[in-house]
Amino acid sequence: MSILINKDTRLIVQGITGRDGSFHAGQMKEYGTQVVAGVTPGKKGQEIHGIPVFDSVKEATRATKANASVIYVPPAFAADAILEAYAAKLKFVTCITEGLPIADMIRVRQLVKNNKKTRLLGPNCPGLITPGESKVGIMPGSICLPGRVGVVSRSGTLTYELVNALTQKGIGQSTCVGIGGDPIIGTRFVDVLKLFEEDSETDMICMVGEIGGSDEEIAAEFIKKKVSKPVFSFIAGASAPKGKRMGHAGAIISGGKGTAESKITALKEAGVKMSDTPFGIADLVAEALAAKV
Amino acid sequence: MNIHEYQAREFFRQYGIPCAEGKVVTTVEEADQAARELGLPVVIKAQVHVGGRGKAGGVKLAKKIKEVSAYANDILGMDLKGFTVQKVLVVPAAKIKKEYYVSITHDRENEQFMFVVSKAGGVDIEEVAETTPHKIKMVTISAAEGLSDYKAREVARTLWRDGLTIRQAAGIFQGLYNMAIAQDFSLVEINPLILNREGKLEAIDGKVNVDDNALYRHPDYESIRDYTMEDPNETKADAAGLSYVALDGDIGCLVNGAGLAMATLDVVKQYGGEPANFLDIGGSSNPEKVVKALEIIMSNPKIKAILFNIFGGITRCDDVANGLVEAFKRINITVPTVVRLTGTNEVEGRKILESTNLISADNMDDAIKKVVAAAKGASA
Repeated sequence: MSILINKDTRLIVQGITGRDGSFHAGQMKEYGTQVVAGVTPGKKGQEIHGIPVFDSVKEATRATKANASVIYVPPAFAADAILEAYAAKLKFVTCITEGLPIADMIRVRQLVKNNKKTRLLGPNCPGLITPGESKVGIMPGSICLPGRVGVVSRSGTLTYELVNALTQKGIGQSTCVGIGGDPIIGTRFVDVLKLFEEDSETDMICMVGEIGGSDEEIAAEFIKKKVSKPVFSFIAGASAPKGKRMGHAGAIISGGKGTAESKITALKEAGVKMSDTPFGIADLVAEALAAKV
Repeated sequence: MNIHEYQAREFFRQYGIPCAEGKVVTTVEEADQAARELGLPVVIKAQVHVGGRGKAGGVKLAKKIKEVSAYANDILGMDLKGFTVQKVLVVPAAKIKKEYYVSITHDRENEQFMFVVSKAGGVDIEEVAETTPHKIKMVTISAAEGLSDYKAREVARTLWRDGLTIRQAAGIFQGLYNMAIAQDFSLVEINPLILNREGKLEAIDGKVNVDDNALYRHPDYESIRDYTMEDPNETKADAAGLSYVALDGDIGCLVNGAGLAMATLDVVKQYGGEPANFLDIGGSSNPEKVVKALEIIMSNPKIKAILFNIFGGITRCDDVANGLVEAFKRINITVPTVVRLTGTNEVEGRKILESTNLISADNMDDAIKKVVAAAKGASA
């Protein structure tokens, strides 16, 4: 079953004629994702890697029965691209673009607030993979292995680090989700944890958090009350100075809030097994699997 | 990006927030002249991008011209938390009856803007948040509704009771809200907002942070940006599309991805090393970027070893390897350099590096152990 995407996902690539859009459209298609259409306004009729290009998301959806889209457009146009995907009533929208002004995201989230039919992942995220079935975004498919461990993270390369470590131990993944490093994002830890908890093909969950905000603390509350599956975690940024933005727009300790310490304490209290390193999570999972047998 | 207090005050006045006009000067003579024109008493305020200027001796009340000269002389050129004061603001002294704290920023949890207000004004708000959090009130504003009049009065009622003050305050809150949205400010802080002896509210200090992601739609901010207040390496990194934060250690770190970069620093520390910096070379890396990154790292004389921790996703390992080879041709790098390359085009990347004298590592764990050992070896 996996979560969010599978072999039936029919994907539109918004911004397919750009450098990143076209490169990754090819990569996704090669991985096995059904990339059914691309959209770049004014470029209708072209083909990229054999994928037809349309002028609008609505038009592409109608022509190809697409049910999801992924966005690679520059930051100045990304908010509009998200709204366009919502307007076309797609079920699942992933925004890879980094650098959206926060006021734009506040506006977008307000406009789609009551829309429960479409889910947004990102922005500023690497996307997701259901190994062996479908990948949406920029994660390298080669490091994944089909299996039963769910992975969720705020960071891209940190997800790769963990997934790679799992795969090297022969531990496969049900779905690997990168939720993004911005302060305001469409899908949060809690949302993904809920999906993994409900997913019959996920046995354990790995969650990689980082400094800034309080999503990890909220996730800890949720885990305590609603998650029965074992959860393993690492929090990045324990050595980060206060008040400095560490690359991700959302990774900043301000007003004494958002420290790694506070997140680690909350997760430990919720019964989550913590690792000191991102790759160390794989060891914890391996131990848990060995104990189960 | 941050701006100076005097620039924040100009924005305040532009959005109808009462705030006395002062003069920005760079010499003692100009300070005296400004004080004469404005009328005594005046406050002399160091214009640097740091908090706690008052405690550090950068803000003084002058009642006589002699004091103006003396204080301006003390403050101009002084070192304030690592910054040399080049400008002071001379501004008429306010007649303070009460001080408040008022700010607008993002509420991540509710995905809205919010006001943060407190009756404990004029002091370090982070301290108030820690010691007496009940003194701070937060009000979230619906972006769909905007800050309507009644809502502005509602925010005001968290601090005041009498109608006249509430009406004045509502105007100030609306000014703040409109400013934050139109100017893409991620934080606007008035601390303190005062009630003066005439019963009027007035901003006497301000702080503004600009949302860096929105700079593209405010080209005019370039003219108010003071690069002397920024770490030159951070500025250089920013221009090259890199994300850099200077730290105190001796191991230069070059990583792709913010999360992996943070985790790399954490593990370096755990293994007994001290990272010299955070540096994310970002996605779609090209050789040119790697060269810039190395130049920035090597400009720090403390560097004893360098670590490249690259996990290719959108970043291709052969690009990084080419960048390394080119960079090592251009800059004389004398410290041991450990390279870890995993991911897209990994084999091609490693092949390119075979002909160099870089220390190759199998994985992140191995790479960090090797670089920490190399840094210690260099210091022994």
